[in-house]
Amino acid sequence: MDVLLVLVVLAVVVFVVSRPLRGGHAEAVEASESAQRAGLEAAKEAKYAEIRDAELDHRMGKLSEEDWRAQDRTLRAEAMEVLRRLDELGPED
Amino acid sequence: MLSLGSGCLVLALGVALYGIAASLYGARGRAGAGSRAWVDSGRRAVYATAGVVLVAFGVLEAAFLRSDFALSVVADHSSTTTPTFYRATAVWSSQEGSLLLWVVLLGLWSSLMLFLTRRRAREVAPYATAVLLGFAVFFLSLLVFLENPFDRAQTVVAEGAGLNPLLRHPSMMIHPPMLYSGYTLFAVPFAFAVGALITRRLDAEWIRLTRPFTLAAWFFLGCGILLGARWSYTELGWGGYWAWDPVENASLMPWLIGTAFLHSVMIQEKRGMLKIWNVSLVLATGVLAILGTFLVRSGILNSIHAFGASTLGVPFLILIGAMIAGSVALVLSRASDLRSDARLDSLLSREAVFLLNNLVLVGLCFVIFWGTFFPLISEAVTGNEASVGPPWFDRYIVPLSLILVLLSGIGPVVAWRRATAANLRRNLARPGAVGVLALVVLLLAGVSGSVGALLMFALAAFVFAAVGQELWRGVRARRAMSSDSVPRALVSLVQRNRRRYGGYLVHVGVAVLFAGVAASSAFQDARDVQLQVGQSAKVGGYDLTYVRPTSKLEAASNGRLEKIDLGAVMRVSRGGKQVGTLRTERSFFPSADPTLGPVSRFFEGEATSEVGLRAGLRRDVWSAISPSVRDLRKQVAEGDRVFNGAKALPPVQRDIALAEALSGLTRSYTVNPPAATFRLIVSPLVSWIWIGALIVFAGGLIALWPPLRRAPRPVAARYAARVARELGRA
Amino acid sequence: MARTETCGHNGGVDPARKRKLRFVIALSCALLLASALIYTSFSASSEARTPSQLAAAAKPGRVYELTGKVQPGSISSRGTTHRFRVRDREGHVSIPVSYTGALPDPFRDGREIVVDVRKRGATFVGERDTLVTKCPSKFTAEKKT
Repeated sequence: MDVLLVLVVLAVVVFVVSRPLRGGHAEAVEASESAQRAGLEAAKEAKYAEIRDAELDHRMGKLSEEDWRAQDRTLRAEAMEVLRRLDELGPED
Repeated sequence: MLSLGSGCLVLALGVALYGIAASLYGARGRAGAGSRAWVDSGRRAVYATAGVVLVAFGVLEAAFLRSDFALSVVADHSSTTTPTFYRATAVWSSQEGSLLLWVVLLGLWSSLMLFLTRRRAREVAPYATAVLLGFAVFFLSLLVFLENPFDRAQTVVAEGAGLNPLLRHPSMMIHPPMLYSGYTLFAVPFAFAVGALITRRLDAEWIRLTRPFTLAAWFFLGCGILLGARWSYTELGWGGYWAWDPVENASLMPWLIGTAFLHSVMIQEKRGMLKIWNVSLVLATGVLAILGTFLVRSGILNSIHAFGASTLGVPFLILIGAMIAGSVALVLSRASDLRSDARLDSLLSREAVFLLNNLVLVGLCFVIFWGTFFPLISEAVTGNEASVGPPWFDRYIVPLSLILVLLSGIGPVVAWRRATAANLRRNLARPGAVGVLALVVLLLAGVSGSVGALLMFALAAFVFAAVGQELWRGVRARRAMSSDSVPRALVSLVQRNRRRYGGYLVHVGVAVLFAGVAASSAFQDARDVQLQVGQSAKVGGYDLTYVRPTSKLEAASNGRLEKIDLGAVMRVSRGGKQVGTLRTERSFFPSADPTLGPVSRFFEGEATSEVGLRAGLRRDVWSAISPSVRDLRKQVAEGDRVFNGAKALPPVQRDIALAEALSGLTRSYTVNPPAATFRLIVSPLVSWIWIGALIVFAGGLIALWPPLRRAPRPVAARYAARVARELGRA
Repeated sequence: MARTETCGHNGGVDPARKRKLRFVIALSCALLLASALIYTSFSASSEARTPSQLAAAAKPGRVYELTGKVQPGSISSRGTTHRFRVRDREGHVSIPVSYTGALPDPFRDGREIVVDVRKRGATFVGERDTLVTKCPSKFTAEKKT
């Protein structure tokens, strides 16, 4: 009885595991390019978050006007660089 | 049914091995267009392993619930009189059951992670799959070849040994699954870090993808540690919550490094810095999690938790050695890819504080590691096994903890990249003043005797003030932009910056927790006294009087006698006025030894304490009793004699005779009680430890909560438009 | 990701040298602390001994970590002071121990204990709050039979 149950489980396992190999249901392929795009998008969001954080820090008095302007300039330049690289990848398909 | 369990374990082992092979084959890309299929198959092997192992676990649970004593593990850890809840949870009180639980949890989290990332991390995921399945293969091999839960008993007994009465507490049953969830959840970022290193995809992607699991691991492990501490305090008869015991330390070490990792990755995500730190920290967390499991399960160090020497020591050491060697090799060989994208601009920056934070947490972990493994280290170095006690730990943990709390107050106040020195001085002035004020107030109030505790209180006040100032300024800044009311501004401030403010709340919780620890360690008054009925003891400003003895027989669900409770009622007074009552007792469980008399059997088995605790916000009054059983020896012998006389009677009447013998004993204890030994403790601010921990976890939840799907449209559009505009101009 | 080159805040110092200096200072601090830690651990530790080792040679006044089993029938208590004998895990040599304080819940005849002791005269006096009784493991008992 037990042996039968184990064989049933084995059959289910083989079925599940071999499905991709039998030509069914391969996951949608994400080209390596779009992985790069995802990375750059995340970097862009992180940069924007940094810009916002810096402004909040300035409003809360942690950064002087001068320091904030310097950081803001740097951050925006970095954000522009990211946007430029995103554009280089080409239009989103 | 039982062969199904064994069969499933073997099957799971086979599937896991297949999964490793398939993932690695597909990852190498050798199969050309079919590589994708092999990787997918490998991923499905993870799902299959998890499913099969779950079936095996179900079979084991069913056996426990049914009290199927054909399995030796059930006979050794459960009994028909064990309540259902404890029968279900007794599964993991055994070595075999806990290893199986580990694999079940590993399978669960691995499946979840790989399912969520099935369309992403294409290059890293197959290697991560192989690592996760590698852990599964290790534990399944242990289960199949060394500690099989489905081993049959040589002789089927009619009644099992039952659960150790010390474990019969809800916290004790939740504690292992919590800890194991923590350990197995840490395996996920570990596996992805290894994959990222192998494939040299060392940007922040693997960190981003595994973050929910890292946070969940930190959360569960923390809960597990806390439950253990609370159980120790409220259920054991020694009245402490932390003993620097090797098993306690084993769970704290990965948690500390995990905390460092959670902080440090923020820097990598923001600025691409500290990459080597981050991979090292996460690899170390994984190694420490396995090390923790090893310490608990191998019996290699003397500990109150020693589950006995076992055959698992050597396999674990091999795994840990392989993990360490592999990690070091990977990091060294990928060092060039781990170069920072940016440099530390200034020591007056949040990045610098985070770096210091890393150092302090690693320092704490090193101290704990050294002290825990010292018996083995000293044996290797001097040939003599020696150990260090809590005083040695305290010497280093206290100053490091003080620095940690200080940093947790400075961090929120300092800006990213480079803070303006003058502004920083100004921003720290008020919280600093609050800290100094707190110190002065305490000194004036006569609190003295412990420099460490006083400093900790002052630093805690500093942290409260710093976080409070941050919240206030944030609300003000928010209101300047949106004209919300104060509560609305606060809510939207937190919602927009969940990680930041959740983190600040965690810092507040940590400060509260440390303050509680400092107060209860430094200003505790503990007394071991022997009292007769009516006598009192003076402890910590209270008078505790032994009012009267209590005694009780407790029957189990099947009518059999389960335990004898002998205890006391105590009156708690302060300045002549009664402020409360404490009830404490000792429960005596019978031994299974058939050579002992039926009554004396109860006093040769396990005994547990029922602690009498009056918890308060300002202080706890704690009591535990040790009734003098030796003084009952005459009555016990009498009871044995009476019962032996009734041996010839039929079972029903024999049980009645036993009940009478025992009732006679308890009656005599109440009527003519011998003096009893009490441990009495008055500890200030203990409740704040638990409250602080709750605050930490609330903060963790806020930080964990997935962010609002879309940043507010106007703000994002404004920035994007401006940047795009400037881009056009440049 | 753009590399940010920033000048040192105080004008002339080469940032690379400043960083190197910081690293050296940090490393030295860490090594110093580690050495202090390691040194004190050897001097503050108590060596583990079995009863037979202590019976053979024990310096009076020095703290040792005694590990062994409680000899059945040897426990006697007066108030909060308990006397019992501890013997080797496998063996018959036992030594007398006196311990003041509450006994842990699992403490009883035949249990394995760990306690810090100091030789005083013919007895070994236990240090306060250092008595640890190991939770009995049922499955090791089973494996022995």
